[in-house]
Amino acid sequence: MKRILVGIKRVVDYNVRVRVKPDGSGVAIDGAKMSINPFDEIALEEALRIKERGAAEEVVAASIGAADCQQQLRTALAMGADRAVHVDPGPAAAGALGLEPLTVARILLKLIEREQPLLVILGKQAIDDDNSQTGPMLAALWGRPQATFASKIEIAGDRATAVREVDAGLETLEVDLPAVFTTDLRLNEPRYVKLPDIMKAKKKPLDTLTLADLGLTSPAPRIRAVRFEPPPQRQKGVRVKDAAELVSALKQKGLI
Amino acid sequence: MARTLLVAEHDGSALNASTAKCVTCARDLGADIDVVVCAAQAGPVAAEAAKLGGVKRVLTLEQAANAHPLAAVLAPQIAAIASGGGYSHVLGPSTTFGRDLMPRIAALLDAPQLSDIMAVESPTRFRRPIYAGNVIVTVEVESPVIVGTVRTASYSAAPAATTERAVQIEPANVSVEVPAHTRFVSVSAAKSDRPDLQTARRVVSGGRALGSSEGFKLLYRLADKLGAAVGASRAAVDAGYVPNEMQVGQTGKIIAPELYFAIGISGAIQHLTGIKDAKTIVAINKDADAPIFEVADYGLVGDLFEIVPQLIELL
Repeated sequence: MKRILVGIKRVVDYNVRVRVKPDGSGVAIDGAKMSINPFDEIALEEALRIKERGAAEEVVAASIGAADCQQQLRTALAMGADRAVHVDPGPAAAGALGLEPLTVARILLKLIEREQPLLVILGKQAIDDDNSQTGPMLAALWGRPQATFASKIEIAGDRATAVREVDAGLETLEVDLPAVFTTDLRLNEPRYVKLPDIMKAKKKPLDTLTLADLGLTSPAPRIRAVRFEPPPQRQKGVRVKDAAELVSALKQKGLI
Repeated sequence: MARTLLVAEHDGSALNASTAKCVTCARDLGADIDVVVCAAQAGPVAAEAAKLGGVKRVLTLEQAANAHPLAAVLAPQIAAIASGGGYSHVLGPSTTFGRDLMPRIAALLDAPQLSDIMAVESPTRFRRPIYAGNVIVTVEVESPVIVGTVRTASYSAAPAATTERAVQIEPANVSVEVPAHTRFVSVSAAKSDRPDLQTARRVVSGGRALGSSEGFKLLYRLADKLGAAVGASRAAVDAGYVPNEMQVGQTGKIIAPELYFAIGISGAIQHLTGIKDAKTIVAINKDADAPIFEVADYGLVGDLFEIVPQLIELL
């Protein structure tokens, strides 16, 4: 079956402004609104559109984390994923930094072995740790092509063409499938979930696996958080009344 | 022994400015720095890299397959050099080039990666931003090999070497089969005579308030007066006023100009994270409560379509 595997990460909603805990031991996120990482939502939307165009038959959403990430998987099912897989890594995910991207990539590789997808679509980065590593790491472990920061994906038989948003502009790559794609903002605009879909999603399959189920052992963390701090604040500036005052202020400072 | 391998970014003929900034970060590690240049023909780029102060050796990986920076092609070659050469650190820039390539190298080396290094506290302790720069985390890494991307906005370019010394430029001796499953088709970039957004000393950025591509022409006129590069908020890029390579922010370019004009940009945290290293920020917005004014050194409340033409007159 032509299958697409999509990664879904539960993150603090992008509208929430997070704070560092007073003792510097982590980020205070208790009670914050949690959502699907926006880039992962775009990944899921793209998978659904590829399926709707007839280029794939099944969309599987996978999330790795504590039991509460099942909420985001239910949202993914409501958006249209056919089924969901939740991998509970146990205590490994409990550190202040969460799972290391290479560990996430190893777990996803095990899911690839089980699911044999034609495409794997992930977000280009998660908006919490901003690591931007998992996609290329997974592609390396899998020994398959990667097309990161994609703003367009077209499937033609056993190949795909991807347009990538790079610093220079837009780069087009052709890759053999299967391959890993990571999404950029302008790949698509994710659909809204409708109430009947939420009801339907409750009946869709959602399996939970442990690391042992996947033949993995709990990884030893190699990156340890020493402290968390807020960034230095900029000094509050001044208001100028018009263009002339602005120009003279900038001239006075030798900036223009 | 500590040794750093730095992956050079270039366009086939010239070194990208990000590499000299990575050298500055690498110097803080206190170890020998070797730069690797992957290209079809590495000559001019390797010569440029050899001139950067602190670089010990330049290694070249020349073959036709390296004509374009395909991560799947470059990563196995660089990983082979890194493991064969006993490097303790493998660094690249946190540009789209480095963010695509470095994690692929890290996975092949079974090494942890640190993204967006903004400060080196010791060869195993680093600071980096998370949550769109709203939190800075200091991390300690335990691994014989550490891969990193350098947040270029946090570093100035390494100066040219001051003493006449012979930096070796030598071909790297690796034989790795490179995959054919990933093929470069094209890259389309708008040609511009304006300064490069990532290295410009002055930047003029516009937001959705510009209203159209037509509206941005006003900003280009201002930028030309100032000798500035032009950037944009995500909203302006999403609206199709300007192309993606102009986006400044968490998911676009992180820049550190001396003078930044935010015009018709409200200042979402995702945008602010891209400009917080700018030395001076000027904000022009008709909404006096816009968050951009919280970070601006000079704020001017008013209609940009009146103010910008006045600025152009006055400059």
